[in-house]
Amino acid sequence: MTAAERSMGLGLRALNRLAGSDVVDRLGVRGPTERVLYRATRDGFRVAGRAGRTFSAATRRSAPVRPRTTAGGLFDLTPSDEQEMLVEAWRAFAAEQLRPNAAQAEREPLRATFREADELGLTMLGVPEELGGAVSERSAVTAVLAAEALAHGDAGLAVGALAPAAVATALALWGDADQQSTYLPALVGEDVPAAALAIAEPRALFDPAHLQTTARPVAGGYVLSGVKALVPRAADAELLIVGARADDGRPALFLVEPAAGGVHVAPDPAMGLRGAASGRVMLEDVRVGRDALLGAGDPAVFAECVARSRIVWAAIGVGVARAVLDHVIPYVNERVAFGEPISHRQAVAFSISDIAIELEGLRLVTLRAAARADAGRDFAREAALARSLCDRHGARIGSEGVQLLGGHGYVCEHPVERWYRDLRAVGLMEGVLLA
Amino acid sequence: MIDLEVPRKLGPLVAQARQVADEVFRPISRKYDRDEHARPKELDMLAAVIDGMNDGSDLGGAGATGVHRSADREGPQGNRNGSNLSTALSVMELCRGDVGLLLSVPRQGLGNSAIAAVADDAQRERYAGRWAAMAITEPEAGSDSAAIRTTAVLDGDEYVLNGEKIYVTAGERADLIVVWATLDRAQGRAAIKSFVVERSNPGLVLDRLEHKLGIRASDTAAFRLEDCRVPREDLLGPPGIEVTNGFAGAMQTFDNTRPLVAAMAVGLTRACLEETRRLLGDAGVEVDWDRPAALQTAAAAEYLAMDADYEAAYLLTLQAAWMADNGKPNSLQASMAKAKAGRTCVDVALRCVRLGGALGYGEDLLLEKWARDAKILDIFEGTQQIQLLIVARQLLGLSSAQLR
Repeated sequence: MTAAERSMGLGLRALNRLAGSDVVDRLGVRGPTERVLYRATRDGFRVAGRAGRTFSAATRRSAPVRPRTTAGGLFDLTPSDEQEMLVEAWRAFAAEQLRPNAAQAEREPLRATFREADELGLTMLGVPEELGGAVSERSAVTAVLAAEALAHGDAGLAVGALAPAAVATALALWGDADQQSTYLPALVGEDVPAAALAIAEPRALFDPAHLQTTARPVAGGYVLSGVKALVPRAADAELLIVGARADDGRPALFLVEPAAGGVHVAPDPAMGLRGAASGRVMLEDVRVGRDALLGAGDPAVFAECVARSRIVWAAIGVGVARAVLDHVIPYVNERVAFGEPISHRQAVAFSISDIAIELEGLRLVTLRAAARADAGRDFAREAALARSLCDRHGARIGSEGVQLLGGHGYVCEHPVERWYRDLRAVGLMEGVLLA
Repeated sequence: MIDLEVPRKLGPLVAQARQVADEVFRPISRKYDRDEHARPKELDMLAAVIDGMNDGSDLGGAGATGVHRSADREGPQGNRNGSNLSTALSVMELCRGDVGLLLSVPRQGLGNSAIAAVADDAQRERYAGRWAAMAITEPEAGSDSAAIRTTAVLDGDEYVLNGEKIYVTAGERADLIVVWATLDRAQGRAAIKSFVVERSNPGLVLDRLEHKLGIRASDTAAFRLEDCRVPREDLLGPPGIEVTNGFAGAMQTFDNTRPLVAAMAVGLTRACLEETRRLLGDAGVEVDWDRPAALQTAAAAEYLAMDADYEAAYLLTLQAAWMADNGKPNSLQASMAKAKAGRTCVDVALRCVRLGGALGYGEDLLLEKWARDAKILDIFEGTQQIQLLIVARQLLGLSSAQLR
């Protein structure tokens, strides 16, 4: 591999963050992680007082920094070395920190698990190195791989863990120099604030392009009013990006600091994804400055945001569907009925094949959408197709998972009933995640 | 680096195949659908063009001989986009034109794929430039190809073949027929060998040509083998009966050809979707990628869902071909691609006919023909059910005795 080829879009800083993390030692993945490290530093794990945090720019840039588009050339399904090592670490984290805590996370918010996840450096994955992030090139593919690996552990916890990364990525892609200088240092720092991208509103046939949350222009800024549904870690969020209808009726994104007042949060428990500790956010005449408008209010930016979010939801679907497949295979091989393992029956075996086929198809479509986004190609079609597969096959895989276990699948002793509930979400959620 | 686009270097090949589909295949699609057993003579010229596409480029080619494993070949290190990928892509484009006509292009038969996959150098030279069909199925043995009854008995320097073969694609028009026969029925699948039989061999008797639901441009022959004498050097692969791995060699061809049949299905699906999008556009229906499907018209939402399944089939097919190019075992992925592409093309074609209404059902357009053509793609080279069996056995770690 030439030096040019080695300088991949995903820089070494995410790995460096990992290398400094206690999580790495506990997971025993230090060896492979260190192979590509040029330095490893860490100045200790800090727990700062989050309550009093104010976002401010230490140094101000004159122009925003964006991750570059990637240049491919050949059909290739092989992740880069860096991606492979990160995926290995994420998988280990998912297996040891997320899966065992999934049931408990359904009952109470697991803030400690989110703190642990922060050590993985997830917020750095979409942010250029100049801004303290880990990349030089766009990394939607890496975000997809992260979501897939983490969701294999638990979808709800994965969504909660990735929520601040969505905000960081949005700032990297669309923030102006001031917005980047103000918010990114905290988001890519050691003490990652809870943050969330809030687009969905609680009503049937919700269309992100036609929001009921409004942003009314006033002297010096905007006044935001409306209700946002299923916002992860809402009660703890220190920063929100909120979708709201601008004066011209078109949707736009606004940075909102809940501490500034007018933001009320209530629990918003749902069928699944309960580990995300979701809340309903009520914006009651929330005043924000003119500098709160993200991406200059360009409706194309908003549409791109929605599409990028759907790509990561598809990746969550891939991770959960893989968890289903990995769980049902040993089960049907061991479960005996009528004198032989039920896997010896075609009706059962073909169900396994169908899960695997649709899962693999969904995964490839999701990766293509992400790779096109990274290359600066139009990806609206591919994102829509990934969503369509998620919606239909994702939910069906959840159902098949429970079906294959029969009554055992219906009780909470096995995780398949949780995956049934989680997989219903991946084709309908809007916002929250970003690639 | 993960990238799922058609590589730039294959752009010209794909464009050429697309041109052939639009300008050679489409204009004669209906003619040879109606005139079932006529030889599409327009294709003789085309065969020379496709030979040229194969020879003129180190990227492999457009046809059936392009598929083989790359593992044992010297090549640049790292990611390869080779002849399996280029062949899959060009077959997709050609079948966007017409599946039956692709199957009728001289020298691009599945027998040619078998020869390319398992022939030795001397054989490869002897059969070069000749069109080879494949004869596996018998009246009493379809998916169950280990149960074939055609026998081969060594007599001096010749094998003597006796039996009956049906569903031989291009059997009438080809120069050679690759015939599967058993050296000893008692020894099961290990004794099954393939023999290259000259079409002119007097022991190979053409019984009839089938009348079919679709792919009528392609002749489907039934043969009797009556003391058909074949020189012993025309046996493909090792002549001995290897109890452990004999049948696997014969089946190996399928790992290479299944992605091709999947590619055929993907191409046909693309044709249906393009035509349907045009019809929907004429009817004032636009598909919006950004709007939730439930907020669009039912027709647009249905198109979106069909396009999504098409995309999954398309990428599964490219994955299987890419793995073959890179020497990765792809039996599982090849069967996944074939299963998904086969069922998707039937499902999409039938739904597109319905969306087209009387126009879709009538013969003015080609949608109804594509819906008839589609069904064979979920049957030959391993039915949907066989693919699901292969996938399940691999995932579950079960043998064919355990999961029957």
